[in-house]
Amino acid sequence: MMIFYALLLFMIIAAIIAVETSNLLSSVICVGAVGFGASLMFLFLRAPDIAITQIVVEVLGLIILIRATISRDLTSISGDREFFGVVVSVAIIAVIFIAGIRVLGDLPGFGGPIFALVSGAASQTYIAQGLELTGAANLVSGVILDFRAYDTLGEAAVLFTCIIGATAILRRKSKKLVGGSDE
Amino acid sequence: MNGMTIIVKTVAGWVKILIFLFGVYIVLFGHLTPGGGFAGGVILASSYVLLMLAFGRQYAERNLPLPMASKLDCAGALLFALIAVFGLIIGGSFFVNFLYQHYLPGEAFHLVSAGSIPLSNIAIGLKVGASLFLVILSLSIWGKDTGSDTPVEKGEGT
Repeated sequence: MMIFYALLLFMIIAAIIAVETSNLLSSVICVGAVGFGASLMFLFLRAPDIAITQIVVEVLGLIILIRATISRDLTSISGDREFFGVVVSVAIIAVIFIAGIRVLGDLPGFGGPIFALVSGAASQTYIAQGLELTGAANLVSGVILDFRAYDTLGEAAVLFTCIIGATAILRRKSKKLVGGSDE
Repeated sequence: MNGMTIIVKTVAGWVKILIFLFGVYIVLFGHLTPGGGFAGGVILASSYVLLMLAFGRQYAERNLPLPMASKLDCAGALLFALIAVFGLIIGGSFFVNFLYQHYLPGEAFHLVSAGSIPLSNIAIGLKVGASLFLVILSLSIWGKDTGSDTPVEKGEGT
């Protein structure tokens, strides 16, 4: 339990530094530190699937961000923050915080999933019969690609649309003007 | 433009194969060990990103051309959709695990098991890997074209 509080403290400090520093590169690296702390926390919570995905995406995103930061001339931020924006942000955070305090009292304790309280919940069926119904030894794969495969199809469609948009906007030059064939 | 120093190039030449193999392992064993299509695909893409950072963009683009990556992306998406439609045709409902239920039950904890789940993992791995490589490649091309007055390769390698 102690390790979670230590990691949480580390992540909060890194997030505060990422917001407060004026150097863009150190800000990016601090965002990466928050992500690595999150992946360590997933590992200690015994969720290796999410830990692997988190650390891999974090590394790739960090590489992209660092390259984007290094290749710019302006690597530090100066000037004051806008007063109105700060007030609105603080007000929204305060509302969420006050609402969160009321909700947190009703949550079950740490390590006790809320679905375990309900008899006949779907997740209990997945855990009990997942191996014989799907044949997959890794239960997470069994859930995301068999029981909840429709969800994965939506996620894949989102990614596909993002890639189409990105390559359409960022490609070298429009082919239509030249009159060449569509690539 | 021509990548980093000779030390980085030599090390990257050795390491890229291991990273690629690890990505293939994560994708293929996604139904047995932690990991799966998404994580494995990102690892596959990062092996090509290493190639791009160490040897320069031209080298990576020669290794996996842009139209080829686009085709791989579409092939992964098509394979995943085909698995879903075959489930509808053969099993009677969308995304039903028809291979496991009818044709290839396999043996639990073996590589050939779980029916269509390994196939879906391969499809998603192909899709995610190719598409992330495409994104990074097009981002780097975009930086070259629009920011030609800024020193793009500053602070790299030396």
